[in-house]
Amino acid sequence: MISSPSVDAVMAAERAAAFTKRSIKTSAKFAGLKLALSMLDLTTLEGKDSPEKARALCRKGVRPWERDEEVLGERLPGVAAICVYPAMVPACVEELGAGRVVRIASVATGFPSGQYPLEVRLEDTGRAVAAGADEIDMVISRGAFLAGRYDEVAEEIRETKRACRRGDGAFAHLKVILETGELETLDLVRKASDLAIRAMADVDREAGIGGIGTADFIKTSTGKVQPAATMPVTLVMLEAIRDWYLETGRVVGMKPAGGIRAAKQSLHYLVMVKETMNLGIPGFEHVGGNPWLTPEYFRFGASALCNDLLRQIAWLKSGKYQAGYDFSEA
Amino acid sequence: MGKPAVNGENGVRTATVSVRQGSESRAFAGAWAGNYAPAPETVKISIRPRYELFVAGKWSAPKGGGEKYFPTINPANENTLAEIAQGTERDVDGAVKAARTALPKWSALKPVERAKYLFRIARRIQERARELAVLETLDSGKPIKESRDVDVPLVAAHFFYHAGWADKLAYAFAGKTPKPVGVCGQIIPWNFPLLMAAWKIAPALACGNTVVLKPAETTPLTALRLAEILEEVELPPGVVNIVTGDGRTGAALVAHPEVDKIAFTGSTDVGKRIARASAAAGKKLTLELGGKSPHIIFEDASLDQAVEGIVSGIYFNQGEVCCAGSRLFVQESILDLVVRKLEIRMASLRVGDPMDKNTDVGAVNSRQQLETVKKYLRLGREEGARLRVPGSTHGGSASADGEALDPTMGMPEKGFWCRPCFFTGVQPSHTIAREEIFGPVLSVMSFRTPDEAILRANNTPYGLAAGVWTDKGSKIFDTAGKLKAGVIWCNTYNKFDPASPFGGYKESGFGREGGVQGLRAYVRL
Repeated sequence: MISSPSVDAVMAAERAAAFTKRSIKTSAKFAGLKLALSMLDLTTLEGKDSPEKARALCRKGVRPWERDEEVLGERLPGVAAICVYPAMVPACVEELGAGRVVRIASVATGFPSGQYPLEVRLEDTGRAVAAGADEIDMVISRGAFLAGRYDEVAEEIRETKRACRRGDGAFAHLKVILETGELETLDLVRKASDLAIRAMADVDREAGIGGIGTADFIKTSTGKVQPAATMPVTLVMLEAIRDWYLETGRVVGMKPAGGIRAAKQSLHYLVMVKETMNLGIPGFEHVGGNPWLTPEYFRFGASALCNDLLRQIAWLKSGKYQAGYDFSEA
Repeated sequence: MGKPAVNGENGVRTATVSVRQGSESRAFAGAWAGNYAPAPETVKISIRPRYELFVAGKWSAPKGGGEKYFPTINPANENTLAEIAQGTERDVDGAVKAARTALPKWSALKPVERAKYLFRIARRIQERARELAVLETLDSGKPIKESRDVDVPLVAAHFFYHAGWADKLAYAFAGKTPKPVGVCGQIIPWNFPLLMAAWKIAPALACGNTVVLKPAETTPLTALRLAEILEEVELPPGVVNIVTGDGRTGAALVAHPEVDKIAFTGSTDVGKRIARASAAAGKKLTLELGGKSPHIIFEDASLDQAVEGIVSGIYFNQGEVCCAGSRLFVQESILDLVVRKLEIRMASLRVGDPMDKNTDVGAVNSRQQLETVKKYLRLGREEGARLRVPGSTHGGSASADGEALDPTMGMPEKGFWCRPCFFTGVQPSHTIAREEIFGPVLSVMSFRTPDEAILRANNTPYGLAAGVWTDKGSKIFDTAGKLKAGVIWCNTYNKFDPASPFGGYKESGFGREGGVQGLRAYVRL
């Protein structure tokens, strides 16, 4: 059993609120909005999803706003990844192609509940990887975790990560969803973060992967449970990631997901990342030694956020708000 | 610089292509990694070129004496903001007489009517909040973020809170009939200029007293703006009189025979002189003086939050806080980790223009105070402690072992600056562990057992505040019960509320301000 540091919920909430007091203007705002856009895991996770919708989302991800050059005089970045159910992965692969820049993330392991036998969850994972998913968003067994069966949860994460290994030996990146809305306390969020980080690192060690690690993530939420991502929860998870770096020199990614709809919210999160993860890590001098200021290590799981970012970017550059229909829905 | 810049650009482009294939994420991520764009507070306020004394509801020029006016400056750029009247003995006498004249009517006023005046003051302060915050920041050097979010809201809260008490004093002192003390001479410091004025004036008026207030020499502007608000709400003339000036003005107020009560917040040295001067005169006295407050971090504390507490404990208001948690005691098993986390956290503190909304640490209040801070920085190093200035990037700031050279260097030419910093390797006998620095300088020490922590925490002539961090409830109560301090914060620090009494033990003074306890100093029973 792992022993995690306790978290004082009152002071964590106070610290999280302090980030929202930063005044982000002009050039900093423009850079931040574009950065947030580039960090999006543009998501659709609905029963009514169709291959056509998945393809449309892929196109949106590659070129979020087709009028960007006309209105802004520059090409906006594409998003980091498209996040879909396993059944939509083939359509995304077809649309984005082999040399894709925008990655394909597939939820798996019986998302969103995880209430399936482990074999089924691993099969789910393996199939998504075989179909071409670059990244796998798994859910932990919250039931086992809340019952205190930590070893069982850790082993499931290890098995899932092993199932992320492709034929060529490389791993699809793994994101472990803690579903923090069901964990309730920040103490448990911290414990689940520590557990997931360590379990993923175990498999890296098995595979002989050293250095800063394989850019696996911990992620707040499925988006199917309220509350989803909050700033205090994200702060506590970032602190777990920070402590892991200080202890081992390995870098784990962070993905808040669900509930981040407004551009302004995404800037608050980026302020938090900037001021919490300023660790001066060698090799990341171009981002102030803070790898989490790149899409490789920080993502937003969102859908509506994309168009609000575009709206704010357009307003900042043109002084006018575009009509809602100026941006495609997918 | 031209050539390296071109190379840098190429470097970025190459890296971009390899990692993101065409997107320029690295370039704007890099832009975000730097400083935030300037976010200056843009509210424009008017400041008169010269301010007179506010006596008996009128603005009057100082009488007699040599130099009649002195400048008050913006400590962030040393520009003169206004000329301030140097109140003389005759002016103090006039103000005390005005307060004496106003006393019978004011103290006989129906309490509910007194309450209405206080409510009106509170509301007007809220309405003019941004203006007051800007003025406070200009005059004191504190960041606009703090004057806007902490000082001014607390000022309004103090007037609201005491407005509520005005007609309920009989319930505060059950079975007694509280009567006003009379004319109160109040001398306030420069670290929270308007807030300290509110702490003093609000309870005095609620209890039916009249006031002569002497603001600090370097920060008189917000008290004078408060006088304008008192005019607006038509507070009867003479109920509050404001006499600006330096220490001589304060001394005249303390010495005046017609003053019934002295309330002083400031340094322990001056407090001792006031205690001596007022001892034989039968005046009531409350003193809120210096501190060297201990901040204890046990190994079972929530460390990341404790680091927040450490930072707000010592770097809030540039450390110019009487209850600042300036002596940090960390359990030895977590000392290195806490120091590392503190360094990371402090590297994100933004030091600079107090009017920028993103500034965390502003300017030191005066040249004199900066010299005091520098003296202690020198003493700390001479006595063998190691200074660290996290996040500082000025030329050759850190030697190979991480020791910084000078936290007062690498800042703008004009103004008074000191970066947040801390000493490690501090011994209890070091001057920096015993004397109040009143600046953004922390002394970090360690302990092994709870008893040792408490023993060392109490080993000080002061007793104003203390902080304790542990996740264990029983340890909180045990430790708090053994600490000799007027305010003890558990798993938090520097939290203020008008309902909570504030004051010290030992050389930190006596008497309490705020809460029902704070009323006691302003009534005769």
